[in-house]
Amino acid sequence: MATPMFRFDPVELPPEALALRSEVRAFIRQHEQFMGFGQDGCNREFSRAMGRRGWIGMTWPKQYGGHQRSAFERYVVIEEMLAAGAPLSAHYIADRQSGPNILRFGTEEQKQFFCPKIAAGELTFCIGMSEPNSGSDLAGTRTRAVKVDGGYRINGSKLWTSNAHRSDYAILFCKMAVDGMEEPDRHAGATQFLLDLKSPGLDIRPVLNLLGEHHFNEIFLTDVFVPDNRLLGREGNGWNQVTSELAFERSAPDRFLVLFQMLREMVRVAGPTPDKATAAALGKLISQLATLRSMSLSIAGMLSEGLQPNNESAVVKDLGTRYEQDIPVVARQLFSAEPELEAMETYVSMIARSTMNAPRFSIQGGTREILRGIIARGLGLR
Amino acid sequence: MAIRDETRMLLESVTRLFEDKSIKQVIDRAETGVFANDLWQAVAETGVPLATLPESAGGADAEWSDLYAVLRLVGRHSAPIPLAETMLAGWVAHGAGLEPSDGPMSVGPVRLRDRLSLERDGNGWRLSGVAGRLPYASHVAKTVVIADGPDGEMGVLLDGTGGASVTAGKNIAGEARDTLTFDAVRLGADAVGPLRQGVSREVLYRRGALARAVMMSGALERAMDLAVSYAQERVQFGRPISKFQAVQQNLAVLAGQTAAAVAAANLGIEALGAGDAERETFLIAIAKTRVGEAATLACEIAHQVHGAMGFTKEYALQLSTRRLWSWREEFGSDPEWAAHVGSCACANGADGLWEMLTAV
Repeated sequence: MATPMFRFDPVELPPEALALRSEVRAFIRQHEQFMGFGQDGCNREFSRAMGRRGWIGMTWPKQYGGHQRSAFERYVVIEEMLAAGAPLSAHYIADRQSGPNILRFGTEEQKQFFCPKIAAGELTFCIGMSEPNSGSDLAGTRTRAVKVDGGYRINGSKLWTSNAHRSDYAILFCKMAVDGMEEPDRHAGATQFLLDLKSPGLDIRPVLNLLGEHHFNEIFLTDVFVPDNRLLGREGNGWNQVTSELAFERSAPDRFLVLFQMLREMVRVAGPTPDKATAAALGKLISQLATLRSMSLSIAGMLSEGLQPNNESAVVKDLGTRYEQDIPVVARQLFSAEPELEAMETYVSMIARSTMNAPRFSIQGGTREILRGIIARGLGLR
Repeated sequence: MAIRDETRMLLESVTRLFEDKSIKQVIDRAETGVFANDLWQAVAETGVPLATLPESAGGADAEWSDLYAVLRLVGRHSAPIPLAETMLAGWVAHGAGLEPSDGPMSVGPVRLRDRLSLERDGNGWRLSGVAGRLPYASHVAKTVVIADGPDGEMGVLLDGTGGASVTAGKNIAGEARDTLTFDAVRLGADAVGPLRQGVSREVLYRRGALARAVMMSGALERAMDLAVSYAQERVQFGRPISKFQAVQQNLAVLAGQTAAAVAAANLGIEALGAGDAERETFLIAIAKTRVGEAATLACEIAHQVHGAMGFTKEYALQLSTRRLWSWREEFGSDPEWAAHVGSCACANGADGLWEMLTAV
């Protein structure tokens, strides 16, 4: 057939990954007090505990604090943690994309400085990509860096920066300032920096989300100085680097397990002998989840072979967010409940939380439309 | 799971065979009720139909998983032959100690509600009951059915339709689906045998469901291929319609559903080797559920992209979509299998759900 087909070869988890699963489950039982639902939790104590177990930076080289374990072992740790509702935010961004990007593009000094601290669960990163006028259209960044003696002076602003107020560093995406006319190539001059969030000239302000919670931030940069040794990669190579960073972001197995606990509660409320319609509605969701998991494992397999399954990752994220957004829809069809965040009944508060969180799933990490555009390009349509 | 060389060679040769012989004229002709003999003969020469049987019984001791991979090609090429049915019929017949035919065979029951029963009659048997919508039953030389005997399930090898009264039918893809009604039909002792462990009506039903799921994943690949190619060729408003974002987004969804269907079908295939009946049923149920869902969404998009052209008898898309609409109901529809998945999960309990999903 002429059309490229996306490949999701079935994989079997190796024995070491299976042994690890029971270790992770035991750890979760011992840390029950940290678990929550859809909490997007940020807990440094928990992250340090995971770091001590060697479960951050698992696939990285030992010389940089990593553990040289397989992509499958990492997969098992992450899926167990997500299904249990563990608070991962204090290390997750760094583990998933900042660390790998530093390992790929960073200097020896940067790898030595950052990666062991990340792997220990002691260094929290956030993503410095989106801006007020540059969301999906990342090339439209207006934040500008100017070369000065010993480093760079940066001005601009970032928006939707999750966890900036709890993070130590951001990988900042911006452009080198040019005099006069803008460069015709929209990707030209793009550059990444490892930005210390305690730097003078930074103003981090909260942007509350619709649940009234503080995850988002707006960051203003006024003549912020970044020393030469915190340039990541090369000046002007930022587009290439940020594309690689996004590939790490999108291939993570975290796109369909955020609401797993809600699905579990739906099974609980249905009881051991549900009527046929209820069983079918739950069975459809479970079948979607089992399929997503198998596709996601297949991506872990491709990553471990050194492939870059960008199209496949976009497919899984698109399908995964659809599935997650269906969970509250089905939940309220099966057992209606007026949603209330602080309700005593677990089910009622979960419906409230998942309904209110659902819109973000198909926006964060690449909107549904952007992902489908990537898939269409993979099909040779663009 | 690396594909073994011999499997890949088999798939390549069957692909070439179908590209050559499972062409629109052949499929159209089969729909008029003429069995596709040439196509069947060519497939039979590969040895695939009875390959899972031991060598002593004329088979090749082949892995079921390899043969299910061949069924994906049946779906991809809309091959109008009872290959899955013959594979399953051979397996049931052998499981009953009967010698299967080397020609095409039908198999049943294919619906859960159909029950056939056997009563002793001298040293022979009498067969009663209805077996509805057996694929190609009135076109093949042998049909293998499972019936309830006095001491449990038995396999029955029928010559032709075995003296049943036949109501010919078709699915909406024009594939023969014939209902056989047995009214105490007399059978010789050598046509009936007790089934050995592991061969039963229930296993036949779920393996049939998996066959349809796998065939559907192939048909989906073809529908997607046609839609993507057509969008790149069809020019409107001065450019190929594939350049319009609305069309691109639809095709991206179609590609995602197709990929999910292939992955789900593979989940079912992987379960075959595990030797755990409950697990096998659970994963096949997941496969038929997910593939059925994908088929519904994907047919809609594939047709939308094709416009009026896809709605014609002349254009090939309907060969795939009419099969998808037929096969999603056969051996249990996706809502029925979804109810099985949901019931298993609920019986297992909320706190066991994650373990159930991650079990090997």
